[in-house]
Amino acid sequence: MAAISREEVAHLARLSRIAVTEEELEMLADQLDVILQAVARIGEVDVADIPPTSHAVPMNNVLREDVVTPCLTPAEALAGAPDVEDDRFRVPRILQEEV
Amino acid sequence: MADLTKMTAVEVAALVASGEASAVEVTQAHLDRIAAVEDRVHAFLHVDAEGAIEAARAVDSQRAAGDQLGLLAGVPVAVKDSFATRGLPTTCGSRMLEGWRPPYDATIVDRLRAAGMVLIGKTNMDEFAMGSSTEFSAFGPTYNPWDLNRSPGGSGGGSAAALAAYEAPLAIGSDTGGSVRQPGAVTGTVGAKPTYGGISRYGLVAFSSSLDTPGPAARTVLDTALLHAAIGGHDPRDSTSIPSALPPLVEAARQGAGGDLSGVRLGLVTEFDSDGIEPGVRSAFREAVDALVKLGAEVVEISCPHFPHALPAYYLIAPAEASSNLARLDGVRFGLRVGDDGSRSMEEVMSLTRDAGFGPEVKRRILLGTYALSSGRYDAYYGHAQKIRTLIMRDFASAFEQADVLLSPTTPSVAFPLGARTEDPQQMHLADLFTVPTNLYGGPAISVPCGLSEGLPVGLQVMAPTMADDRMYRVAAAVEAAVGPLNPPAL
Amino acid sequence: MTTTLPSYDEVVERYEPVIGLETHVELGTRTKMFCGCPTDFGGAPNTRVCPVCLGLPGSLPAANAAAVEATIRIGLALNCSIASWCRFARKNYFYPDIPKNFQISQDDEPLCFDGYLDVDVEGEVVRVGIERVHLEEDTGKTLHVGGAAGRIHGATESLVDYNRAGIPLVEIVTKPVVGTGALAPAVARAYVTELRDVIRSLGVSDVRMEEGSLRCDVNTSLMPVGAEQWGTRTETKNVNSLRSVERAVRSEMLRQATVLDVGGKIIQETRHFHEDTGDTTSGRSKEEATDYRYFPDPDLGPIAPDPAWVAELKESLPELPRLRRKRLQQAWELSDFDMQSIVNAGALDLIEQTVAAGATPAAARKWWLGELSRRANEAGIELADVGATPGQVAELQSLVEAGKLSDKLARVVLEGVLNGEGSPTQVMTARGLEVVSDVGALTAAVDEAIAANPDIVESIRSGRLAAAGALVGAVMKSTRGQADAKAVRELILSRLGVEG
Repeated sequence: MAAISREEVAHLARLSRIAVTEEELEMLADQLDVILQAVARIGEVDVADIPPTSHAVPMNNVLREDVVTPCLTPAEALAGAPDVEDDRFRVPRILQEEV
Repeated sequence: MADLTKMTAVEVAALVASGEASAVEVTQAHLDRIAAVEDRVHAFLHVDAEGAIEAARAVDSQRAAGDQLGLLAGVPVAVKDSFATRGLPTTCGSRMLEGWRPPYDATIVDRLRAAGMVLIGKTNMDEFAMGSSTEFSAFGPTYNPWDLNRSPGGSGGGSAAALAAYEAPLAIGSDTGGSVRQPGAVTGTVGAKPTYGGISRYGLVAFSSSLDTPGPAARTVLDTALLHAAIGGHDPRDSTSIPSALPPLVEAARQGAGGDLSGVRLGLVTEFDSDGIEPGVRSAFREAVDALVKLGAEVVEISCPHFPHALPAYYLIAPAEASSNLARLDGVRFGLRVGDDGSRSMEEVMSLTRDAGFGPEVKRRILLGTYALSSGRYDAYYGHAQKIRTLIMRDFASAFEQADVLLSPTTPSVAFPLGARTEDPQQMHLADLFTVPTNLYGGPAISVPCGLSEGLPVGLQVMAPTMADDRMYRVAAAVEAAVGPLNPPAL
Repeated sequence: MTTTLPSYDEVVERYEPVIGLETHVELGTRTKMFCGCPTDFGGAPNTRVCPVCLGLPGSLPAANAAAVEATIRIGLALNCSIASWCRFARKNYFYPDIPKNFQISQDDEPLCFDGYLDVDVEGEVVRVGIERVHLEEDTGKTLHVGGAAGRIHGATESLVDYNRAGIPLVEIVTKPVVGTGALAPAVARAYVTELRDVIRSLGVSDVRMEEGSLRCDVNTSLMPVGAEQWGTRTETKNVNSLRSVERAVRSEMLRQATVLDVGGKIIQETRHFHEDTGDTTSGRSKEEATDYRYFPDPDLGPIAPDPAWVAELKESLPELPRLRRKRLQQAWELSDFDMQSIVNAGALDLIEQTVAAGATPAAARKWWLGELSRRANEAGIELADVGATPGQVAELQSLVEAGKLSDKLARVVLEGVLNGEGSPTQVMTARGLEVVSDVGALTAAVDEAIAANPDIVESIRSGRLAAAGALVGAVMKSTRGQADAKAVRELILSRLGVEG
């Protein structure tokens, strides 16, 4: 049985904001299926009572003093932008309401 | 004068310091070499001839003014294109960032410049460091100077090839699952993955934040240690940076080169001893270990029972973090934008941009990572992999009670032919089999040349405990001393 | 078909509301949450940005210690437990105002949790449970162009300014508030008011709803009275004033009851509150359920506040507003109603400071709620901005009590103070308004009035003491109002040998 369906891959692509073509979807579904079946083997390892590791070197309370540092100039900030209007980053009309 | 491009960084720096060669001469020699071989090697995505000469001039005037020069002042360095360089292209091998010139320098780039090193160019890499052959670069592959039909490894194939082709004596890479070490191994050069947190990640375009480690590379262990010492140490801009001084790396490398390893316990991991290792790689590795025993070291067999799960755990953790890290590539603030013809919505334009901008390997990993983090699957995938990570760290902790360092071949095979693995992601991933565990652990590891198999370089990996990077350099330098340098063929 | 909408009374007779509030507070730290860009308001677009808050590739966050401290102080003021160890988490979603396309927030490990806030509503104390207080970063500001009145709907393009992106944001989430019945809207308002006052007393934010430094989302659901299963809730956003908090709950209760009355189902959705109509409307439904894919942020280490430090912070919390109000009400001997008037007028601090400067509570209250409130209302400004300091008010009152100013003259002096003519004493002297207390001068004026008005004098002597008022008026006129009317009257009577 496949570990992942085409529909699931299409859903993941939407979540990831990648407009995959039908052809790509087909190929990705097959490849992801193979990879997922391989990585799913870790499920066989008993990890009951094992804490997860999120950081390689544990260090608590790494904090910065509340001190102002220099900003970029608007020219620097906007230099790489695909589209700029009135010193702001221009994007096409947004469909979704803010979250 | 002898060929400046064939020298080590230490030798070049000494010439510059004494005035026997100017930094401009050194830089020009390397620019000439790049011009001569680059069409065959394609190590660089961008060569900054003008900036390099300017930086070299600054070193020469400092010397003329009697200023104290840094240990590596005037030495050219090639930087992987995954590091932000102010005003210089930084593409990460992706169409997504084609043409982007960051308004800031990565911390290590700051430090290179401050130390008087000459940034000569940005090197090729698999797109966003995802790959083991540099074939996933959107701008074409890099060719292995040992055999131009073969891959120089990846993701940092460009940096390694630049060293092997004598285009630069020093290079910087980034190692998430072996991207400095594995290219080092298959190009006969030295590449280190320092302790996680030992070198600042600020300005390194993130692939997998909990695994990414900037790493120094060179043709000798001593040069590598010097570069490490120059760019490493605490950086408040990276909250995962360790706030203590680096151990004495350069001294350790010098000590190891002396050839005495009395009392040093070398651990060999039972689980790594698989049929997947090419016979030539296995014998070169064995011979090197025997040579170390002659220097006084002892060998201990150690079991690390969870190491076989490292690769699958890695292929969940790294893509999961990558799926989040690469979300910012959306065509709003920088980089590529596709399909904004006035009729399409922001959502459509973003999705078209990301489809057009990312190559197949990156898309695969983003989708895989999104899957591993998604609602209802987190515990079975990402969460589970993080627990496996704990088990692997425990394996390392227990191994380092029995041995001072662990040794393995860096990669199971020598450089593979271009195109041999691009269609099979699983085969490609196997190249990282021996390098991935240390990324999950966080400790340092280095690949050092240990011989040839069928005329191609074999790398030996030295793994050490967290913050014991000095120990790693000591043993690596001993390997180098015992085996002798591998001289890449003239191109 | 027409349906008669139920009245509010009918709604609360049949349904029990359950409400919940999520409040976001922008902290007043000097710098942003994860970088050193300043947080000051009003800069030109994209002038308060750096690689970190623009989410440029390669940049990394570094957490602001002051923001962590402020959040813990808010948690302590809300009687929360403080986490011994917690992490930041990434909340992943794509939106152009969020530079990294993930927000650094906290998921299941909030910095503070499990507290409460007591609020007074119509003489009752309602304990609102606090689920969690956590720290996150704000988004940029999006300007929607081409549609009506800057709304996203109908816009042709949007323009993004990241000056606000990365400002530290504290999210305070209540537990569901059950059993408040008809009072639910008032409880919601009282809670947000009290929360605002608490945070203001801590000095960690200016908590101005109009400027968006305090923002509120309101969850509302109804269940039939006596039911155990809570109804489906809606989340109302865009609630931008205290009054709107109350109106939004009430409006949503009425709307839901109308739906439920005819057997309809409440859809779990986001709704938007409209200040002008007082209604809520449905937000556009999302094509797919959101999956935020939270995971611990690998770029930021855990926060493990030292318990001794937390204890110190707790020790050094200022007196909280509700307790302070209770204390002052008792000290000033005020009724609940009078105290509430003071609070509503924004006069509590002013009166307390005026009392501290020497005035009696009654006098201080009289000035601030009387003359000064009137002037502030007329000018449409906050009482605190009216132009008189508590010290000046206390000084003015002391002049009255010393007999140097009559009430009427005191108001004239106040006028001068508000005009910036100086302290009350300076104004009084400069304008020559001091009450005539020189007995000689006063006696001369009285004798003059007696001599000039023989008819009135006769009338007084014949027992019509009230007629003395006319003589007092004459004296006041001749002294230009600077005499003490009471003293003048006594003097007149004594000069005429009449017992007052």
